[in-house]
Amino acid sequence: MLKVRELIKDFGKVRIINSAAFEVNVDEIISLVGPNGAGKTTLVNLISGHILPSSGRIEFLGHDITFTSPYRRIKMGVARNFQITNLFADSSVLDNVRICLFSVYGKIKKGFLPANHYGAITQEAVDILDMFGISDKKDLLPPSLSEGDKKILDTSMAFALKSKFLLLDEPTSGVATGDKFKVMDTIISAVKKEKMACMIIEHDMDIVADYTDRVLVLAEGQIIADGRPKEIMEQDNVKEILFGVTT
Amino acid sequence: MGLKDFLLRPKFFVYLGIFILLMFMPKVLPIYHLMLFESGITFAIMALGFNLLLRDTGLLSFGHGALFAVGAYAVGMMGEYFPELYRIEILIPVALLASFVVSTIFGFICVRHTRVFFSILALAVSMVIYALLVKLYDITGGSDGIHIELPMMFGKSYEGVKRFEFLSGAYYYVLICVFAASTIIMLGIVNSPFGKALQSIRDNEVRAEMIGIRIRRYRLYAFILSGLFTGLGGAMWSFVNGHVTPEIAEWVFSGEIVYMTLLGGFMVFEGPIIGAILFTYLKLYAVSFTQYWMFLIGATLIILVLLLPEGIAGGFVKLVTKMRRTPSTGVS
Repeated sequence: MLKVRELIKDFGKVRIINSAAFEVNVDEIISLVGPNGAGKTTLVNLISGHILPSSGRIEFLGHDITFTSPYRRIKMGVARNFQITNLFADSSVLDNVRICLFSVYGKIKKGFLPANHYGAITQEAVDILDMFGISDKKDLLPPSLSEGDKKILDTSMAFALKSKFLLLDEPTSGVATGDKFKVMDTIISAVKKEKMACMIIEHDMDIVADYTDRVLVLAEGQIIADGRPKEIMEQDNVKEILFGVTT
Repeated sequence: MGLKDFLLRPKFFVYLGIFILLMFMPKVLPIYHLMLFESGITFAIMALGFNLLLRDTGLLSFGHGALFAVGAYAVGMMGEYFPELYRIEILIPVALLASFVVSTIFGFICVRHTRVFFSILALAVSMVIYALLVKLYDITGGSDGIHIELPMMFGKSYEGVKRFEFLSGAYYYVLICVFAASTIIMLGIVNSPFGKALQSIRDNEVRAEMIGIRIRRYRLYAFILSGLFTGLGGAMWSFVNGHVTPEIAEWVFSGEIVYMTLLGGFMVFEGPIIGAILFTYLKLYAVSFTQYWMFLIGATLIILVLLLPEGIAGGFVKLVTKMRRTPSTGVS
């Protein structure tokens, strides 16, 4: 469903993404791994339209979305979270998710009835928070949440956009180690239930191996390996880049 | 469901009580104070609009005086050029239409930027209106302004009636109803999904864009709505004052709008209303007390910022939360 072709992004003279190319199929859950500074987040920013590429082509469901506005991409079904949590600090946890749902259902133009009047949407927001296990904190403001809960809220907001393709930039960083698998279980089961395709950036190779069907390895702006997690991790060049093992 | 919840909240009964109380004001207040109070109410309508931008959208406009002037001058010019249409039922929609057109143009220019750049742009475009009002002498009456006749209201002519009789009679109730309607509509807007969208843009425009809100467009909508309320305030004010001059489009008055809102407390919905009414009295007493009244107003602003940064309403809310918390838990 997503095709990335010869994608290039320069920041000044530095080439961050150097003709990256890959595809994501319908219903597929893939992970993107790579050392720090490989350009993983930049790739997410390019696909979500947060920044525009220098050259190359991104296709989504057969449409060229290389230079489309984020608004159009979201309407087409591309959603993302943020690695560094990016929340609405002065709105309650419930409202953070609810505004996403209002946006999805095209209700943000409705300007007279109070938001609580939309009972079905409010309930759905509570259900999403419940699914991610933070519905008991729905009336708090985001700054009072723990780092892990902020991260979960950020992910649940991206999930609430009901996209066809979900980009998750390190959804478990900042989450307590013991909770990581629980959070991933929630995300993956939710994604599977909604039949979304999903690309997860992850550093933890156990999570990569357990939860994703396919791994892309990004190094210095290029996709250097693409395949099943077990096979990829046996490749010498991947070992060298990810684990620093030289053979 | 949500609407019913709101109607059952104690706050609603407080509002209702205040509304009924307002209905008896002409019986209580002497005419001089009543006129002051009325101009305070018109400022309150304007401040409600101003605060939609400041509190909910996070944009501080230093040019709202011009939008206020557009509403007031729309009434004045209708009286000059279309005397046969000089009825309040027509004048209010005309004033709203005029402020819609002007705030759409202004908004289109201003919302491309945020923070101080927005404020300065708003100030700049507002001074264009001021310059036009002063320089287009033949049309606008220049610095002499335009005299505002008493309008026809609901088919009844007020020709020959003294202004204070008009203001303490039917017009007062019309004004209070317009004010009540504005408050309810604004309360609806800030709590609606649309209001939530504005607040999300204020809180985090990057994320707002990434959940599918077209931020510039929504800022423009907020600016236009704000302009409508401000223009409505200006139109209602023109009848109270009886005369419109270009001074209301100048930056000094725009600054006073900011002052009123800060005085009342911009983070509380009701803050600007309280601020606008208080400011009207504060300014009058300062002017009658000393010729250095501007110094007095400035000094109060400094004290306000230092001691009560949340304004009067904000300070009150803080006090109430503190008092409520202490006895119930014993600690904290």
